[in-house]
Amino acid sequence: MSKDIKIDVHHITRVEGHGNIVVDVENGNIGKIEWQVPEAPRFFEAMVVGREYHEVATITSRICGICSIGHTFASLKATEAAMGIEISENTKLLRELLLHGETLQSHILHVCYLVVPDLLKVNSVLPLIETHKDVVLLVTKLHRLANELCEVIGGRTTHPIRARVGRFSMVPTKKELEELKRRLTESVDDLKKLAEVVKSLAGGLPDFTRETEYLALTYENEYAFYEGDCITTDINEPLSINKYKDIVNEFIVPQSTAKYGKFNRDSFMVGALARYNNNYKQLTPLSASVGEMLGLKGKNYNPFMNNIAQVVECVFAVERSIDIINKLMSVDLKVEKTDIITKAGTGVGSVEVPRGILFHEYEYDENGICKKANCVIPTNLNHNNIQLDFEKYVKENLHLNEKELGFNLEMMVRAYDPCISCSTHFLNIKFK
Amino acid sequence: MGDKPKVAFFDFACCEGCQLQIANLEEDVIGLANLVDVVEFREVLTGEAPEYDIAFIEGSITREADEKRLIDIRERSKLLVAYGQCATSGGINKLKNNWSSLDEVKKEVYGEKYNMPHLNTYPTKGIDEIVKVDLHIPGCPINKDEFLRIVKELIIGKIPSIPNYPVCVECKLNENECLYDLDEICLGPLARAGCGAICPENGVPCDACRGTVNNPNKNAMHEILEKYNYTVDEIRRKINLFGVTPEVKK
Repeated sequence: MSKDIKIDVHHITRVEGHGNIVVDVENGNIGKIEWQVPEAPRFFEAMVVGREYHEVATITSRICGICSIGHTFASLKATEAAMGIEISENTKLLRELLLHGETLQSHILHVCYLVVPDLLKVNSVLPLIETHKDVVLLVTKLHRLANELCEVIGGRTTHPIRARVGRFSMVPTKKELEELKRRLTESVDDLKKLAEVVKSLAGGLPDFTRETEYLALTYENEYAFYEGDCITTDINEPLSINKYKDIVNEFIVPQSTAKYGKFNRDSFMVGALARYNNNYKQLTPLSASVGEMLGLKGKNYNPFMNNIAQVVECVFAVERSIDIINKLMSVDLKVEKTDIITKAGTGVGSVEVPRGILFHEYEYDENGICKKANCVIPTNLNHNNIQLDFEKYVKENLHLNEKELGFNLEMMVRAYDPCISCSTHFLNIKFK
Repeated sequence: MGDKPKVAFFDFACCEGCQLQIANLEEDVIGLANLVDVVEFREVLTGEAPEYDIAFIEGSITREADEKRLIDIRERSKLLVAYGQCATSGGINKLKNNWSSLDEVKKEVYGEKYNMPHLNTYPTKGIDEIVKVDLHIPGCPINKDEFLRIVKELIIGKIPSIPNYPVCVECKLNENECLYDLDEICLGPLARAGCGAICPENGVPCDACRGTVNNPNKNAMHEILEKYNYTVDEIRRKINLFGVTPEVKK
């Protein structure tokens, strides 16, 4: 087919941060297909150098407003690993609960506020207030619950206050936990209703397949979020998070202020679909059945289905949160006093944040002053995969008109739920 | 032209956590959407407009190209509001200005290829270091209830006020035990209130993420430092976290 297509989307909308899409086809020949990331770099790894260990998570939390809780935990875990600080079982449970709150908040925001407008062919969620008020109210109710969970446990919805090195500076009361449990239990029905709405719209997700390598944390008998080792769909044995550099292999490209990565293939994918593809057998019965209802059964190689995997994880997050609250209600929850003895060392921390696997690594001197830092951000890890998906998708869809093709490419970027502010900083530091 | 004010939101170098606070208003966003006409908000909707009654700016400026974009927005806006600490003072992004050279900063983060042109950066600036700002809404992140109040006041033509008293006032009203008595160094005596003393309220010292009050009571601060055996340098180091210029020189 001989035709010309020129797509130049400057600063794609409804994604976190700034990204551009450039496609240039002349007489049916593909000249250029490019996913560009021009976000202003912010240099976090330099910002933390010279700061005290207890300030580092406060700073790196600001890498991202949407996943500030995940950044806080990757950061605290790296600092604790560097100094050999152990945390109590209660602190671990509180962190896990707070992380589920963030996953729920972020996934609801992404699927409902940013993706659903595409499926209904409107420019934002705002017109839906008029046309689909019941659904919008259902969504805001779930989003509010997720945020209030984060507030009750973390002290604030964004940039959590209570999560400190080695402990929580304040813990929820029994009454607060009871109330949270009541509302979470109630929300299961709301999530089922939401899944029905998504089901009615999911036909609008383009049918496209490109198998890639899927990278995530994996953990014994639990669908991993807070801890685990690294697994991919191309390896059989999990690898320690301490080997993260050999897995992510970051490199710099000219069209992006964010780094790219690859492992056993030309690119890999991280995020909800990557977690699902590696760990779906560990889902709860209800979350697995919601996945089946929405067309997700077993491994799936359609990146647009990342949106569906997020819906599945919302159900999982709520169910798991209720379990954790039950455990917390059966123990005597107190603010713990920790005596931290600073010592020199390096440590790696990793958690699954809404957009995928996240690594922080720090080096400290004996006074607890940060000497080096490295943050590997999930959105970075996906940039290369987006690029390769673009190339395959454009080749297979040259019959579409310019507008449709551009629209679908934007939808594809959105499916990855990129967090570009996060992704524009990382470094090549050699740790001793 | 409709009667509703045309409102736009823009973001520069930041974590976008402040616009998230707007999303976190939940059902109140629906009410707000009835009062204003949101014509541009890249993270939320697709669309552009030629001019704005109110432009809300989030984030700090770190590149020539962004400076030009900001000037262009200012020219097309009747009222320009800087919201969040990155926009207000440069915020946490100003930490990089502490380095002796920006080449060193770039090398630290990007390694040997630090000189690639698209990685260019200049010292972080707050919005009012480049254009006239009609109103600052401080905080990292902003307080969503304060934001809602300010937008409502702007719509009815009232000049919004931001507290000019220290966090200690709010902390005392909350009847918290002073963190200095618990061996913590806290910026409450200098920091601008309006957050409800949210950090001390949660057992953590204040970092002055909303900046300082206009004329901090330096003498009182010095008395506290003396009483609890801290130095001015310790305060200065701490206050540097959110891009605030220290005002406690002796």
